[in-house]
Amino acid sequence: MMSTSSLVSGARMLLECLVREGAECIFGYPGGVTLPLYDAMYDHPMRHVLVRHEENACFAAQGYAIATGRVGVCCATSGPGATNLVTGLVNGLMDSTPIVAITGQVASKLIGSDAFQEADTFGITRSCTKHNYLVKNLADLPQIIHEAFYIAGSGRPGPVLVDIAKDVFSGQSRYAPVSAIHLPGYKVPSDGHTGQIRRAAQMIWEARRPIVYAGGGIISAGASAELRRLVEFVDIPAVCTLMGLGGLPSEHPNFISMPGMHGSYAANMGLTQTDLIIALGVRFDDRVTGRLSAFAPHAKVIHVDIDPSEIGKNRIPELPIVGDVRRVLEKLNQILAETAPAISTQNAAARRSWWHQIREWQEQYPLKPVISEAEIKPQHVVSEIDRLSGGKAIVTSDVGQHQMWSAQFIRFNEPRLWINSGGLGSMGFGLPAAIGAQFARPDKLVFAVVGDGGFQMSIPELATLVNYGLPVKVVILNNGYLGMVRQWQELFYNNRTCAVELEGFPDVQKLAAAYGFTGRTVEKPHELAPALQEAVDDPGPYLLNVRVSPCENVFPMVPAGSGISEMVVGPPQPVLVPK
Amino acid sequence: MLQVISLLVENKPGALMRITGVLTARGYNIESLTVARTLDPALSHMTIVVDVDPSLRSLVIKQMIKLINVLQASDLTESRAVAREMVLVRVKAPVDRRTAILKEAEIFGARVIDSSVEGFALEATGDPEKLDEFIDVMRSYGELDATRSGLVAISLEGKKPRLSPPVPTGSGVEKLEQKTGVPNG
Ligand SMILES: Cc1ncc(C[n+]2csc(CCOP(=O)(O)OP(=O)(O)O)c2C)c(N)n1
Ligand SMILES: [Mg+2]
Repeated sequence: MMSTSSLVSGARMLLECLVREGAECIFGYPGGVTLPLYDAMYDHPMRHVLVRHEENACFAAQGYAIATGRVGVCCATSGPGATNLVTGLVNGLMDSTPIVAITGQVASKLIGSDAFQEADTFGITRSCTKHNYLVKNLADLPQIIHEAFYIAGSGRPGPVLVDIAKDVFSGQSRYAPVSAIHLPGYKVPSDGHTGQIRRAAQMIWEARRPIVYAGGGIISAGASAELRRLVEFVDIPAVCTLMGLGGLPSEHPNFISMPGMHGSYAANMGLTQTDLIIALGVRFDDRVTGRLSAFAPHAKVIHVDIDPSEIGKNRIPELPIVGDVRRVLEKLNQILAETAPAISTQNAAARRSWWHQIREWQEQYPLKPVISEAEIKPQHVVSEIDRLSGGKAIVTSDVGQHQMWSAQFIRFNEPRLWINSGGLGSMGFGLPAAIGAQFARPDKLVFAVVGDGGFQMSIPELATLVNYGLPVKVVILNNGYLGMVRQWQELFYNNRTCAVELEGFPDVQKLAAAYGFTGRTVEKPHELAPALQEAVDDPGPYLLNVRVSPCENVFPMVPAGSGISEMVVGPPQPVLVPK
Repeated sequence: MLQVISLLVENKPGALMRITGVLTARGYNIESLTVARTLDPALSHMTIVVDVDPSLRSLVIKQMIKLINVLQASDLTESRAVAREMVLVRVKAPVDRRTAILKEAEIFGARVIDSSVEGFALEATGDPEKLDEFIDVMRSYGELDATRSGLVAISLEGKKPRLSPPVPTGSGVEKLEQKTGVPNG
């Protein structure tokens, strides 16, 4: 600890504030104006992880944040460094991931003069962040850093960017630790309205075909245990969104998989026919609801969310509850327990036939991986990963078909195991997110499931794996295509595939060897399990390139603009000839 | 339909940009916007007039309240409020029309703030429709230049903003640990 009477640099103060906020590491990339910061890191215990691109610093910080629930930290220099963060910031904003991004800015006197590597980071990132700051005075720095952490991690989490002028880093001042922050206009809802929660309990008892629709809010609020109590006590079926997977253990009998565009038949039919949706930490995203006017036409909606602006945004609920979903569920569960004996049997018969109906849907169109003896099906790969994980490994994913198959077939029996880019769908997320997650949880087996397209967007991060000895298992579902785009061209553009063939994919064995670790390509179904086992047994990073059948498509599928009950449950005709 | 939004905001850099950002992100065109310090110099009062789809009005307000720098946001479109706008007009006034113009100005309660051989500068305050009329009338006297202030409005319902109290630093860390059970390393 530094003494409070001596002069310290702004850079040093920043590091002290990060320590006080519990930050363990910074994912970053240095540059001209952040030189004073890196100079301060030279003899400071704060860990810095040098990634190979700033976007990946931002994604890694998010992988870290999702795996732990703590605020992830990333850092970039001014100008190009800061602009490279933009995709990552929007990604974090869409998925409500708590990160603090530190960027360097040109010296305060030069701001606005088109100085070398100057960009209006504050302006550019205004709409990419939950909040952002420009620090021009050293005296403001500690306060702002603590505010940034508080804003990022509380309420509905999100990215906060702090743009710091170079002279603030290098300036010297006495450091007086800040003990309190005051943001009078920042409201963090906590307990929901008790009267509303009582009404929710009543509606739940009265419902004949209730369903829980749980999302990322369950994960960020740490509400899994309460969610589980709710679905068990009232015996309600529950669907978890792409962002909510693991909120209820995948193996839980009440879990009816994921709803939406590539959701299961049972989940989508359940949402269509329910008479009561208990929506918990969700935002009625279009990828879940399909055509809004056809979504859950018979249902009343109870919507619990910490962000008041989500309530009524897409679907007007009969019962809104603004609050922290964990606190609300605690209270709701308590009220349900108190009120149970009087009325719980009221709808027993209706509830039984509702469950019967749901089980029937599940049997009718189960989510079952396609497996072939002739070629490796992508679904086969993810189900092998699932087998090795047993619901316990961390799995990050990139964006595309492989992401949807991963979400469909890999079990997550705890929260914070499934890490993907949901709202923004940013390709290139999978590998850097795995880096962040592996730093966060060195004890965990971490798979990065990526497509051959997205993998090539983050390929430089292979060096980071080696650099830090991170034993991430990168599994490429290599279909030779920008598969998800090909699927849409095939189904909705008359099979006029254009700009989706990925020629020139590197030899993975040589690629990994060039970086100094093991890589392997498999193409025969019988090679798959042993290769994956070899990857898991390898103490270091592993790059497994799986040549999967090129023409497989993700089903079920709700065509964009259709109601979610209008699912295409399987492939129409084979339309593409395998290469 | 035009919506009148009244905001109490922290007087901080970027606050205006965040607020207009809520509107521009949806492609809304701002009709008028006024902003000035309140009695407390750390705060500003803002009145925005904007064409918002009626079904989205309350959402827009909620999205503004969500901004860290916004202490209070209210929709005054249909609530009890008074609204005024000011206009400054420069009108050419040759000798033969001067008396007529002054008479007309008086009807609208406008004041002369500058007078010269070429003409007058007039100041009028009122609701926007009244100012429209005033400008029309003045235009009938010849070439005219007008600058409007944009609407300023005040609610008659005196609702106190609900402010959050200070929180100790690092309080997020503890809360997150509680939530996740992952100890902080
Ligand atoms: C940065 C970015 N650019 C473009 C897209 C559009 N896009 C969505 S999925 C996809 C194809 C991904 O291909 P690949 O990584 O090979 O995965 P696959 O779908 O084949 O499993 C594309 C191009 C995107 N989501 N993100
Ligand atoms: Mg592909």
